[in-house]
Amino acid sequence: MLLIACPWCGERDETEFHYGGQAHVAYPADPEALTDAEWAEYVFVRENPKGPFAERWSHAAGCRRWFNVIRHTVTHEILAVYPAGRPEPVIA
Amino acid sequence: MSHELPEHPDWLWRTPDPKPAYDVVIVGAGGHGLATAYYLARNHGITNVAVLERGWLAGGNMARNTTIIRSNYLCDASAAIYEHALKLWETLPDELEYDFLFSQRGVLNLAHTLQDVREGTRRVNANRLGGVDAEWLDPDEVRAFCPIVNTSPDVRHPVLGATLQPRAGIAKHDHVAWALARKADAYGVDLIQNCEVTGFVRDGDRVVGVETTRGRIGAGQVALAAAGHTSTLADLLGLRLPLQSHPLQALVSELLQPVHPTVVMSNHVHVYVSQAHKGELVMGAGIDSYNGYGQRGSFHQIEHQMAAALELFPIFARAHVLRTWGGIVDVTPDASPIIGTTPIDGLYLNCGWGTGGFKATPASGWVYAHTIATGTPHPLNEPFALERFTTGALIDEHGAAAVAH
Ligand SMILES: Cc1cc2nc3c(=O)[nH]c(=O)nc-3n(C[C@H](O)[C@H](O)[C@H](O)COP(=O)(O)OP(=O)(O)OC[C@H]3O[C@@H](n4cnc5c(N)ncnc54)[C@H](O)[C@@H]3O)c2cc1C
Ligand SMILES: [Zn+2]
Repeated sequence: MLLIACPWCGERDETEFHYGGQAHVAYPADPEALTDAEWAEYVFVRENPKGPFAERWSHAAGCRRWFNVIRHTVTHEILAVYPAGRPEPVIA
Repeated sequence: MSHELPEHPDWLWRTPDPKPAYDVVIVGAGGHGLATAYYLARNHGITNVAVLERGWLAGGNMARNTTIIRSNYLCDASAAIYEHALKLWETLPDELEYDFLFSQRGVLNLAHTLQDVREGTRRVNANRLGGVDAEWLDPDEVRAFCPIVNTSPDVRHPVLGATLQPRAGIAKHDHVAWALARKADAYGVDLIQNCEVTGFVRDGDRVVGVETTRGRIGAGQVALAAAGHTSTLADLLGLRLPLQSHPLQALVSELLQPVHPTVVMSNHVHVYVSQAHKGELVMGAGIDSYNGYGQRGSFHQIEHQMAAALELFPIFARAHVLRTWGGIVDVTPDASPIIGTTPIDGLYLNCGWGTGGFKATPASGWVYAHTIATGTPHPLNEPFALERFTTGALIDEHGAAAVAH
């Protein structure tokens, strides 16, 4: 069971949250220029690391805001929580 | 077929040291890797094969699944490969000379909403047109087939009917793995445990071997069958795959008398329940929403599936949970596997089976062996190529039908 610290509401049980997958996946800057393979990459391919992972969560049963989390996918340790739109913090 | 557990023989396979090179190196000794080795030998006469396993043989998802076998999928491509598997399951115990208690006790997929009823009847019709056995049961027929299901109209999610696949059922997963391992070994395949693949050896664009915790092993072809860890291996080659690894849990009760005659699945309240040969109730539900490799899942998933089980089976109210566990399953965007060649010469891919690959084990091995032996896909795995994510020809079981296990 994860305990996630919403940046606005504080620590809450994971059941209050909705998962949004990998963070920082930017919409293609020049969509017209993309090949089919590049579209496939944007639509379907995400990182799947065994280790720290920057991902999106929404506090669905609370303030309903989206934010980013860096979580270790083996230990589930939450290494950082930061608002959407901020750059990914460097984890030592 | 006997309903007593087979004796566990002392020696089912050799434990050889790795040779310097093989024609084919298979990464992962789960059901799929073992079935692939078996059919490489049996169907194609290729026996200079090693199956490398980082842990112990079939200790991954093969040892953790809830053993449900069925072929009542909606999309033609899925129904075809899973039905090929089901036909193989029906003859494999004789062929492998090992009884793994394949019990064709039927699978009920319950309908709780009008949408479920429409989806279910549509799937029954599609299955029958495709030569897959399927029936639609009304609530009285559900009760007659599985008397312990609560078919009262007064519950929160009443049972409005169910699809039944009579030929579906369960098998003892460990015994399936041992049976395949034993025969593969008899053909001369080397099954090598405690041997983790940590890298690949390349010659230009071609993969020509693997680095392992037991040294470098050369390979004519390298075939991945590593389930939830496939993308971590592909990352080593710079090959990015549409895979996300998630924890999936299951649990069993204490031993109970035989009360549960079939497999019952409900996607709507989300639980599935069968009774193992020894007597435990075996239950599962959905994946945890987030990526993870921790081999344990969230407690709320267990609460959720227990609540669903109690609504469907009030008779289990006092049953105790004996143990819970998790596996790591690799999920694709269209909830369908990827089996085939890759852009890297000599590298083959068999992954993305997600929550439902046990039932496919023999067919997965059959078509994968064909692909490796001939360099081209078998007609049954052609639609499951990696290219479908670029062409857009997805096999959208997720959108179309009941996909849980
Ligand atoms: C809780 C649970 C319930 C399930 N229920 C069902 C069900 O009822 N019906 C159904 O059809 N399916 C079910 N499944 C899914 C099914 O178990 C999987 O789809 C299937 O086992 C995957 O194929 P596999 O046998 O190759 O995987 P695995 O048995 O996981 O084999 C992969 C092997 O690769 C090894 N490996 C990984 N990385 C390396 C490396 N670097 N070097 C060497 N070896 C490596 C692993 O140790 C593992 O043994 C369930 C899964 C889980 C977790
Ligand atoms: Zn909040």
